[in-house]
Amino acid sequence: MTAPVRDRVLAALDTVRDPELDEPVTSLGFVTSCTVTGDGDARVTLRLPTYFCAPNFAFLMVADAYDAVAAVAGVRTAEIVLEDHFASDAINDGVAAQAGFAASFDGEAVSELDGLRADFLRKAVMAGTDQVCRPLLAAGTEPAALAGMTLGELPLSQPAGRLRQRRAELGLPAGDDAPLLIDPVTGEPVGLDGLPLHLRRARTTRISIEANAGVCTGLLAHRYQTRGLGQEDK
Amino acid sequence: MYEKDGEKYFVVDSHMHYWNAAPDNWVPGAEKYAKGWIECFHAYQGLGPPQTHWPLEHFQKYSEDDLMKDVFEDGHVDVAIFQPTYLKEWYKEGFNTTERNALMGEKHPGKFICNTRFDPRDGEEGLKELRHNVERFGSTGVKLYTAEWNKGSRGYKLSDPEAYTFLAAAQELGIKNVHVHKGPTIWPLDKDAFDVSDVDHCATDFPGLNFIVEHVGLPRIEDFCFMATQEPNVYAGLAVVIGGLMHARPKFFAKVMGELLFWVGEDKMTFGSDYGIWEPKWQVEGFVDWEMPDDSELADYPRLGIAGKKKILGLNAAKLYGIDVPAECRLDAGEGTPAARDDAQLVEG
Repeated sequence: MTAPVRDRVLAALDTVRDPELDEPVTSLGFVTSCTVTGDGDARVTLRLPTYFCAPNFAFLMVADAYDAVAAVAGVRTAEIVLEDHFASDAINDGVAAQAGFAASFDGEAVSELDGLRADFLRKAVMAGTDQVCRPLLAAGTEPAALAGMTLGELPLSQPAGRLRQRRAELGLPAGDDAPLLIDPVTGEPVGLDGLPLHLRRARTTRISIEANAGVCTGLLAHRYQTRGLGQEDK
Repeated sequence: MYEKDGEKYFVVDSHMHYWNAAPDNWVPGAEKYAKGWIECFHAYQGLGPPQTHWPLEHFQKYSEDDLMKDVFEDGHVDVAIFQPTYLKEWYKEGFNTTERNALMGEKHPGKFICNTRFDPRDGEEGLKELRHNVERFGSTGVKLYTAEWNKGSRGYKLSDPEAYTFLAAAQELGIKNVHVHKGPTIWPLDKDAFDVSDVDHCATDFPGLNFIVEHVGLPRIEDFCFMATQEPNVYAGLAVVIGGLMHARPKFFAKVMGELLFWVGEDKMTFGSDYGIWEPKWQVEGFVDWEMPDDSELADYPRLGIAGKKKILGLNAAKLYGIDVPAECRLDAGEGTPAARDDAQLVEG
């Protein structure tokens, strides 16, 4: 029984993302270990590229990992341990107690992290927009034509699916008839006038996120000589 | 000065350090932070070429002789700008203070420019210290680390009213250049600590100051670009961009350079080695040799020529700091104006 539960726990961790990099914590190499006892007590240890990685994003990853693992069929208790981080204790204890971010950092935070998460989902939408538009432009689609396209007209691809999912998470239009290009804050379609700047910003956002991921994985490789569970080479 | 293919490059290292992060300088009770900080820096060095890596012990505390050799003798640098970072909650004498830098600078006239710093949470005492440092060390620039921990506070924003008080005082004292360095913490912790919108406010409200955003706002290059393109007095400090990407991630280095050249422009970018994280030698040599790769993905980015490299490596910072550039290293007529403020509109490549 134990092995399949552990597999399901690892699969659940694949759904937990670094909100800044918009990549799963598994493929980034952040999962150090994962054990599940015969009674269903799951324990996952996580690591980050530096001792001083931003505590708000670290908290989101630990809290999301807890929620994902605790929901796995066959898991009785879930324990998520962030190692080697300046705020490990506050984060681990706070998540274990289901206390929320503001209570875990008493006096140092004024609200929960929903706003922060939404801000970074919007960045992921912008980056995803570049991911799906760039191949279309390279194949000869006129930029102006993008303004009239819908999500349903996109060729099926992993980036296209991902873009829809991020938009849905934000409550933005994500159906087949939804415009391909929208303002990630208002959900309004991007008209012809706003098109060049929108595409430029989408590209810059994607490059920024990908360059950060490059730096982060380089720092992680320097810090730890071991591979994480499910880590992928970039 | 660096010479290659008959071209002479005047090199200003506009962001470098002389620190002591060895255990003898760790604050009792805060050892884990002092150790964590320097080990994090050391990991960044790991992104440079292997032959330039130092053992951790050397990295924690290098000597004056090491610095003079690495930066000036081997590193091609003409003038280096000390950027202090205090971190006195973790390091007894501070990580690298104005005093420590100035003491070294005094022994090598003409080699260093000694910036100072302030912390808006220090109130009257802080203003007094700023005045004292400017008078004693002749500072015309400040380095601001907004993620510094200070008596239970995990950081500040430049748009805080207290920060405005300090910026106004600094300007009155003759400070011209404000180097902004964002870090992972801020108050309150639920906000994005790397957000640069506070710099946007300051740049508008203090048009007489130059704001050099170090490591181009990394990890928020996009926010930095969108902001900098609208503010004539915002500059891109290239520390970490060259050191962290040029060797380790050359493809992303090209893309990030392309973005910066598009949004910010070669007149507004300044080289900084971030020494002792990285030695300047390989960065200067590699940057002079670098060209935008011939790749369809990069085809629409502006190109960077010799004049642009001269500006970025030294002429822009020389202009910001009033450093005299030897005639042989200046640009010819028609090659542009370093650090020109009127270049903030977008140029299609």
